[in-house]
Amino acid sequence: MDKQKQQEYQKMVERASPNSPIFADCLRAFLVGGIICTIGQCIMNFCLSMGADMENASTYTSVILVVAASILTGLGWYGKLGKFAGAGSIVPITGFSNSVTSPAVEFKKEGYVLGVGAKIFLIAGPVILYGVISSMLVGIVYYFVR
Amino acid sequence: MDYIKAFVVGGIICVIGQILIDKTKLTSARILVLFVVLGCILGGLGIYQPLVDFAGAGASVPLPGFGNLLAKGVKQEIDQSGALGILTGGFKASAAGISAAIVSAFIMSLIFDPKEK
Repeated sequence: MDKQKQQEYQKMVERASPNSPIFADCLRAFLVGGIICTIGQCIMNFCLSMGADMENASTYTSVILVVAASILTGLGWYGKLGKFAGAGSIVPITGFSNSVTSPAVEFKKEGYVLGVGAKIFLIAGPVILYGVISSMLVGIVYYFVR
Repeated sequence: MDYIKAFVVGGIICVIGQILIDKTKLTSARILVLFVVLGCILGGLGIYQPLVDFAGAGASVPLPGFGNLLAKGVKQEIDQSGALGILTGGFKASAAGISAAIVSAFIMSLIFDPKEK
């Protein structure tokens, strides 16, 4: 009975809430995500002009963006950007960096081993785990198919 | 021109993430995992690399680019050192990004205290 009521309520909410928030969310995500990638392109072009090859330029770009996002997270600015930008600040690699730094600072009070040390992998852990597993699957297929 | 390509392609990848968040209530952690895995699979199939060649940072800065890097690394390692590359490739390719992320996170935790909410 309660479940039915909940479902009805859910339907009412869906009908009442306008569609525009999704559009506005997407526009903000597009703008901020696009700007972060454009900054990345600037860094990459700079590295290329300094004589780095494509692969190294790409790695330098990731590292610089990761460190910058980490500092901004420490200052508390990246969180504010996240409230505005949604996925625009989550999907770029800066979002990954934010998700590593943010729990590290947050759980400082629980100590440097089980606080910072463990919580640093709160979100990096799953990303590394499933990233490595899927890279191994790709590797196994590639090993037999190539 | 490459700035416009990076802006548009990077923006579109973020919009896909935003639609997933709004429509499916996926948490940001799940989005991160999903995008890296997707990027790795697309990279493995050779679909993602052309996008990187086209859009530069627009495709390599978003997380699927990170996944693509894993796939690329594992293939390179297999070419160089055979079956052992299946185990080492992913970690080697992602080492720079992950080391930078955890070391700078650690330094930030030394400098900053949690913000009052």
